[in-house]
Amino acid sequence: MKKSQKKLRKSTVNNLINYAIVAAFYLVVTVMIQTGSATRHMKSMLVPICVAVILAVSLNLVIGFLGELSLGHAAFMSIGAYTGGLLSKFIANQFPQIPVAVRFPVSLLAGGILGAVFGALVCLVVLRLKGDYLAIVTLAFGEILRSIVINLEFTGGAAGLKGVPQDASFTYGIILVFITLFVIQNLVKSKHGRAIQALRDNTIAATSVGVNATRYKLIVFSLSAFFAGVAGVLYSHNYSILTAGTFDYNYSIEILVMVVLGGIGSIRGSVIAGALIVMLPEMLRSLQDYRMLIYAIVLIVMMIFTSNDTIKMYMAKYNPVNFVKNSMTAKKSQKEEN
Amino acid sequence: MAVKPSERIMVPLPSHSIVPIEDMHKAPVLQTHQLGIDFGGLTAVNNLNLAIGPTEICGLIGPNGAGKTTVFNLLTNVYQPTRGTILLDGYDTKGKSCDQVSKMGIARTFQNIRLFGKMTVMDNVKIGMHNQLHTSLLSSVTHGFGYKQAEKKAYDKAKELLDFFGMADLRHHQAGSLPYGAQRRLEIVRALATNPKILLLDEPAAGMNPSETAELMENIRRIRDEFQIAVMLIEHDMNLVMGICEGICVLNYGEIIAKGTPDEIKANPKVIEAYLGKKADK
Repeated sequence: MKKSQKKLRKSTVNNLINYAIVAAFYLVVTVMIQTGSATRHMKSMLVPICVAVILAVSLNLVIGFLGELSLGHAAFMSIGAYTGGLLSKFIANQFPQIPVAVRFPVSLLAGGILGAVFGALVCLVVLRLKGDYLAIVTLAFGEILRSIVINLEFTGGAAGLKGVPQDASFTYGIILVFITLFVIQNLVKSKHGRAIQALRDNTIAATSVGVNATRYKLIVFSLSAFFAGVAGVLYSHNYSILTAGTFDYNYSIEILVMVVLGGIGSIRGSVIAGALIVMLPEMLRSLQDYRMLIYAIVLIVMMIFTSNDTIKMYMAKYNPVNFVKNSMTAKKSQKEEN
Repeated sequence: MAVKPSERIMVPLPSHSIVPIEDMHKAPVLQTHQLGIDFGGLTAVNNLNLAIGPTEICGLIGPNGAGKTTVFNLLTNVYQPTRGTILLDGYDTKGKSCDQVSKMGIARTFQNIRLFGKMTVMDNVKIGMHNQLHTSLLSSVTHGFGYKQAEKKAYDKAKELLDFFGMADLRHHQAGSLPYGAQRRLEIVRALATNPKILLLDEPAAGMNPSETAELMENIRRIRDEFQIAVMLIEHDMNLVMGICEGICVLNYGEIIAKGTPDEIKANPKVIEAYLGKKADK
């Protein structure tokens, strides 16, 4: 019984560490801004980092926990971005007396919900598909949506949507990251999360013990698309212009890279990798021509490190935390012997 | 979402049923009527009539490719039957999905082990209890509104079940890392966690040594006695089948060629022919 409580606590601690990482990041950045040591360039990356983290964590729910490959995450994001952007623009023009603190959350919710609706619709279409086929359909969905948005009148067409109020701030972004982490980490640890992971490990066995596969696929796809939509709203309120070209399949692949880089199924990995992928190209700017080369090498090395069991074993062995723990227990047992 | 109990149908036992005498006055937990399935032009199972008593241990044997696993897949609605009906505790399972049939009270194990390999032993059992835990999506997202009580209940019951099979110490291990025998046992525990009325075991003794098989026999008996459920098993190990089954069905080319007690089956010339072939004419 004691052992189990310890284990339970361990998984809770893991979740708390994730919150702590985000909180620490927020504190450090706030202090830097207050003391004036943050460059303008750095400040401009803060909201995109939050957007990337939300996207990576929500895509990890589909890839890491449901075990399906979705390449349309940028499309769900664009739905949120346009819905939220248009709504905020409308509210700002028609009802200027409504404060930002009301306008922005309403847009976030609207963008998220519409994203979730489209997530559910796509899921219904691909219900019978698995693996590569599902990935191709979601990819096609993204491209179709992009073409539609470019050709629509009210989205601003190819020229892009202008005049979205810039309501997004780093604080909003961090709050949304917290909410995303809270919902997804809690879900994964519950009955529903177990059912989702069971479907990933063995669909036939999962249905044979009474897990409704259709229901859980719908839940995961719409929840993941909800957060992608929220990230989209945050994104659209950060820039003065919103173009459909941003949300092409390259962007979906970039989100996928974040998930793979952080380790499939690892939420903390997604958080760190999401931030890293946004910062890395900027950090390597001084290297000019070698920038993309180093970027690629980092990706390859990280993927080898996060997916190779032998390397993982060695990393665990020489992990400073484990090392201290092991040496302490060794000392203890030595003392007992004496 | 509970399965809407459609009308409960009570069909009199067919005259050739193999329900043991002590179960005769009770309604059978599982009945099939002229059950059959075709795969294209191939008739895999045909004219299958079964009646299994509420606390019976029934064996389903037959040569390789006779259609035994297909019968299990039909009973759990992995395949929809082409012909015939299945009555589970008196309710027709026609048109139901796998998960709905599981809710109605049928649980199974698989010939090739299908555990949730990346999850812990405890979580594997908890998934078995999926439909007995009533945690809403909201409470599982917020970890409030009765989440803690439900998890506690699940933990306690899963531990009890694991204890029953002497596996409580393994509960934090990854299911995929367990030794073969323990994986087989865990699959049975997971199936039992769904609170079934009938448990289908597909070759539970495959790949086991004689002492493990003996332990398995003891476990199957204990399951029936403790949980008061019916057990139906496919097995090639004749010592096990003859040792614990009260009734045995022999399947060949998708049709039942013999039914009866172990002694009757052993003496049945049709069964001997199916397994060993015909005596050559001199």
